Amino acid sequence: MTAAALTHTAGPTGPTVALRHLLTMARRSLLRMVRYPSLTVLLVVTPIILLLLFVYVFGGAIGAGVAPGVVPGAAGRAAYLDYITPAVLVMTAASIAQSTAISVAMDMTGGVVTRLRAMPVASVAVLGGHVVGALVQTLLASGAVLGVAALLGFRPAADLVGWVALLGFFTLLAVMLTWISVAMGAAAGSVETASNTPMVLLLLPFLSSGFVPVETMPAAVRVFAEHQPFTPVIETIRGLLVGQPAPTSTTIAAVAWCVGLSVLGWWWARRSYRRQRA
Amino acid sequence: MSTTSPAAIEITGLRKAYARQLVLDGLDLTVPLGTVTALLGANGAGKTTTVSILSTLVPADAGSATVLGHDVRSQPDAVRRLIGLTGQLSAVDPLLTAQENLRLMADLRLLPRSRRRHRVDELLETFGLAAARRTPTQALSGGMRRKLDLAMTLVGDPRVVFLDEPTTGLDPRARRDLWQQVRELVSDGTTVLLTTQYLEEADQLADTVAVLHGGRLVAHDTPAGLKTAHDAGSLDDVFLALTDPEAPSTDQHEEIA
Ligand SMILES: Nc1ncnc2c1ncn2[C@@H]1O[C@H](COP(=O)(O)OP(=O)(O)OP(=O)(O)O)[C@@H](O)[C@H]1O
Ligand SMILES: [Mg+2]
Repeated sequence: MTAAALTHTAGPTGPTVALRHLLTMARRSLLRMVRYPSLTVLLVVTPIILLLLFVYVFGGAIGAGVAPGVVPGAAGRAAYLDYITPAVLVMTAASIAQSTAISVAMDMTGGVVTRLRAMPVASVAVLGGHVVGALVQTLLASGAVLGVAALLGFRPAADLVGWVALLGFFTLLAVMLTWISVAMGAAAGSVETASNTPMVLLLLPFLSSGFVPVETMPAAVRVFAEHQPFTPVIETIRGLLVGQPAPTSTTIAAVAWCVGLSVLGWWWARRSYRRQRA
Repeated sequence: MSTTSPAAIEITGLRKAYARQLVLDGLDLTVPLGTVTALLGANGAGKTTTVSILSTLVPADAGSATVLGHDVRSQPDAVRRLIGLTGQLSAVDPLLTAQENLRLMADLRLLPRSRRRHRVDELLETFGLAAARRTPTQALSGGMRRKLDLAMTLVGDPRVVFLDEPTTGLDPRARRDLWQQVRELVSDGTTVLLTTQYLEEADQLADTVAVLHGGRLVAHDTPAGLKTAHDAGSLDDVFLALTDPEAPSTDQHEEIA
């Protein structure tokens, strides 16, 4: 070694530093949202339009189909609003996940990640910064969507414990969707791909019990719908909102999907980050 | 080459292949402390690959590389604490202002709060970015953004700085400004390895010029020494003579079967 005398003092390392780096990167994510407010507005307005469209265009007719005994028209519309609000909340989180994938891909394909990888900054801090930013955005946007649903006549029946459970579960869901989309963005290789792959997160809720009961679907679709993650997730949220918790097995399935897919997303994201084409 | 000054960068027998293509084929290079070395080579010669290996981004297939005595493979974090990289692509966040971009680097480099403000202001001043400190960087000109890119690299006072085509797209004045920054950096003892396609830049800035061709160095000397050896008036002529694709100096640069 020709330059042993120059060995640098190691400085602080370990979890404290990773946490500081994570907070720094989360702060950057939030700052980017403040600087680009039109995107955040779009991400709030889109699910609200979806809600209005489904309730006021389709709701009168479909509502009679989702709630036994309800007649088409105004009663159907009210029943349908109750039925799809959970699915629209999930769509809100999924569309923010999609925009997160795009941000991550921009970092990966531009020079930002190249620079960060040449610095003593852990991958979990860089990727986690996007996750924390998206989480804040998701909670704010979902609050707005829930507010609009309330204005339209949605009356959640959750008690305090129910609201706390709902907040906890919804946060877990958002963490899962965000880690998956961060991974999709990190693996994409281009911004275009990163805007396409998360479409699956926006399509799957339509193939679940989110918009119509699975019993109304053809057999093959129904089997898929019953076994994909969004059905137990939406049933859990719906149960908490209406104050009649979903069956324990459904809740366990929902939590297991969220935890499992979060870990998978984190692992996949980290792997893609480390293999970035420099 | 001087043998008295210790090496900042030491590369021996470095090999790297991508998929079917051999890029580096036993590269040897020593960069002495406190000097500027310009790495030249045709497009695709492996300049960025070399910089990526040295800055711990990409693992080499064989050979070794150390930066200030730390092996890039086995001690990446030690290397990362000592280096700064201005990559070929811009690493500036376009949505943040110049000041916020620098602040981000200061936070990641864990500068103490008191030092952070001072360092950010100092760099804004040095790089002529003070007036643009609150402008989102997407509204800055390409030259200003490149200066900010370099300023961000310097926030943590790196001892070794890699500049991959730092002045591509800059006008002649901006380019000279940036050269001046590099000279000042070196006068403070920093070591610089830069790649460039502007041979005048190498001529002006570099203590030594290394030419990469066929996966190895085909020349490594002072700019004046190269011109004399090749009886050429400019480095352009030297470059053209050394990197003729019809007459590769080594026969190794072929596709791996
Ligand atoms: N991640 C990668 N996967 C496959 N091939 C790669 C990868 N990175 C570089 N290459 C190939 O390796 C060769 C060397 O690339 P490199 O970027 O190091 O060249 P360069 O000298 O920097 O060129 P330029 O002057 O164009 O910047 C090129 O042929 C390039 O296509
Ligand atoms: Mg290059």
